[in-house]
Amino acid sequence: MRWTRVRSAGVPPAVARVSRPRNRVLKAFTLVVVCSLLLSGVPADKYLSVYSVAANYSVPIVQREGRDYVGLLELLEPLGRVNAKAEGVRWRLRFNNVDGMFFLGKTHARVQDRDADLIGKFLMENKRGLVPVTALSSLLPRILGGPVTLHEQSDRLFIGSVGTHFTAALSGDNPPRLVLHFSAPVNPTIANEPGALRMTFSREPVVAPASPTLTFGNKTIPSAIFSETKGAAVLTVNSSVPVMATFGGDGRTITIAPTGAAAQAATPNAPASSASTATPPPATTAGAPPATAPRRYFAVIDASHGGDDRGETLSSSLVEKDVTVALARSLRQELESRGITALVLRDSDANLTLDQRAIFANADHAAIYIALHASSSGRGVRVYTALLPIGDNDRGPFRSWTTAQHAALPLSQSTASAVAAELQRRQVPVRALAAPLRPLNNIIGPAIAIELAPQGSDVTQLTAPDYQQLVTSAVATAIVSSHDALGGAQ
Amino acid sequence: MSLATEVQTRIPRNLLISMAVLVLAALGLSIYAWHVRKTVVATPAVPVNAGSLAPPVAGPTERVTLFVAHDEDGTLRAESAQIPMPSGRQQRADEVLQALVARYLGKSSPHALGPGSEVRSVFLVDPGAAVIDLNAAFADTHRSGVLVEELMVTSLIQTIAANTPGILKVKILVDGKERDTLAGHADLSDFYDVTAVNQLAIQLQPQ
Repeated sequence: MRWTRVRSAGVPPAVARVSRPRNRVLKAFTLVVVCSLLLSGVPADKYLSVYSVAANYSVPIVQREGRDYVGLLELLEPLGRVNAKAEGVRWRLRFNNVDGMFFLGKTHARVQDRDADLIGKFLMENKRGLVPVTALSSLLPRILGGPVTLHEQSDRLFIGSVGTHFTAALSGDNPPRLVLHFSAPVNPTIANEPGALRMTFSREPVVAPASPTLTFGNKTIPSAIFSETKGAAVLTVNSSVPVMATFGGDGRTITIAPTGAAAQAATPNAPASSASTATPPPATTAGAPPATAPRRYFAVIDASHGGDDRGETLSSSLVEKDVTVALARSLRQELESRGITALVLRDSDANLTLDQRAIFANADHAAIYIALHASSSGRGVRVYTALLPIGDNDRGPFRSWTTAQHAALPLSQSTASAVAAELQRRQVPVRALAAPLRPLNNIIGPAIAIELAPQGSDVTQLTAPDYQQLVTSAVATAIVSSHDALGGAQ
Repeated sequence: MSLATEVQTRIPRNLLISMAVLVLAALGLSIYAWHVRKTVVATPAVPVNAGSLAPPVAGPTERVTLFVAHDEDGTLRAESAQIPMPSGRQQRADEVLQALVARYLGKSSPHALGPGSEVRSVFLVDPGAAVIDLNAAFADTHRSGVLVEELMVTSLIQTIAANTPGILKVKILVDGKERDTLAGHADLSDFYDVTAVNQLAIQLQPQ
């Protein structure tokens, strides 16, 4: 600090005058580091991998009282504004607008004035709050306001619907090629072992397929096994010949095929002499894997309402928030089946504020944001874009929160028109309108809202899978047709 | 000497008469109060219309345009109405919205409002801003849905703007306070731009 004062006074610091403060700074720094190391105990050898829309990162896991614990502050820091204060045996936490109070040695905490079960005791070390890893799946949704999935056995935590899914298909027989298609770019570490190629996804939230063992009925590449361990996902491809992996499709596709010589050996018509000249496969993949980049989805699907906000009461047993989730899942499936990556913003009965929805969507820089609503009034489908003030948009480099949609509105309107046209083509009654509907106006990219109403007077049609699929399929087709324009905006 | 004779000799006669009169009066009043209470309990409570304290507008009538929401086809239609109009600008704005709400509360309403719904007051704030204050019953009983709420918001704003020249932006309050949405969808957190709402009203017209 004294160093700064000398410089700010405009006096050139002489070497002799600088060296003493520098020594003091060094001593103080060393003391802080030593104290930190002593106080923090033995460095953790386990890490919790955290996957979220905002960032993928890992936090150390420490063993206390026979349980795995993590520091709550370290866990929340990359996800938003967080601060904590220790007051005696109490530890006060504030994350964005959520307040929490934790009590040393207690197994319960208060989050937004409601009890939260921590399963194990809350601990404090150097004013750091430690919570059992087991408690995260129930505690974090209360703090973050969204779904959280904990894979406790493998120390992996998924915040929101961030899982990267993949499909595996074998094509060609001579030689066979295993094509793995991922819903987001991946960059695994690849290692060859005798009879297997192992891909380790330590930074990507790759999740298991329907069955952990995939069989292909081929002698050269008979099967692949998915497993999770130590904060990573591992896909092991079994093969009877040396194989190698190549990347393609912007890091979304990995093709596994026998190496050149092995391919000839695997081919029945190949000259026999070729097999003897087979060279060992490379240890890592050929091709250029993509650089690690923030996760981005092409489409963010927002199932409106949720939690305490039930939306419209459509009938005595049906509320809007349930219909919108079902619609969102159907739309995600339709989009992904067309090769469009999609994130469902609310995939459970979670409370999400309109601001949180907009922040999630904006952070993802999605090419299109689609909010889903359901209504008992009217017939068919309404497609909405934001209703914004005319003019008054010149704020220089600043962007107003209430009119953040302004620049993207023309693209939103053209996408809404494409959706309406596709629905009309499928003979679904449809209208395209502007609407004063948040958070459409807070989204910086193209954004539309879709309100589904029954085609007749029977509101139960809103839950009919065939009706939902008719609409979501049309929406997905229209999004695909607008792909180039939307992708350019992204 | 008997006790009665002794009392008569010690208490003057006029005091005894006064006491008897007072006891009778108290008894009579009690019976009357009991009777009145029974009558009050038996009479059904008459709702007090707090919003109708102002005297009814008298004087010349004018033809105004009301933009009325129709739920059955999700449209906004212009209708003419002949209503008495005061001379003050703010009173005129208030009167035209009262006429609009009366249309919605009528028997053949195309967009039913809940019982007790009313516009509490309208304020005109220079330059060009209007504030419409709805009561809680209006918002609490309004149907939920993007289109039905949008129709009502557009109806209120378009009606006041069409009949009160110079209004550029409109804010809607509920019970004098800011509210996020009308009934879960239509945003009430910010001022509405009248030009944008005018364009929306065109979209909502019957095709």
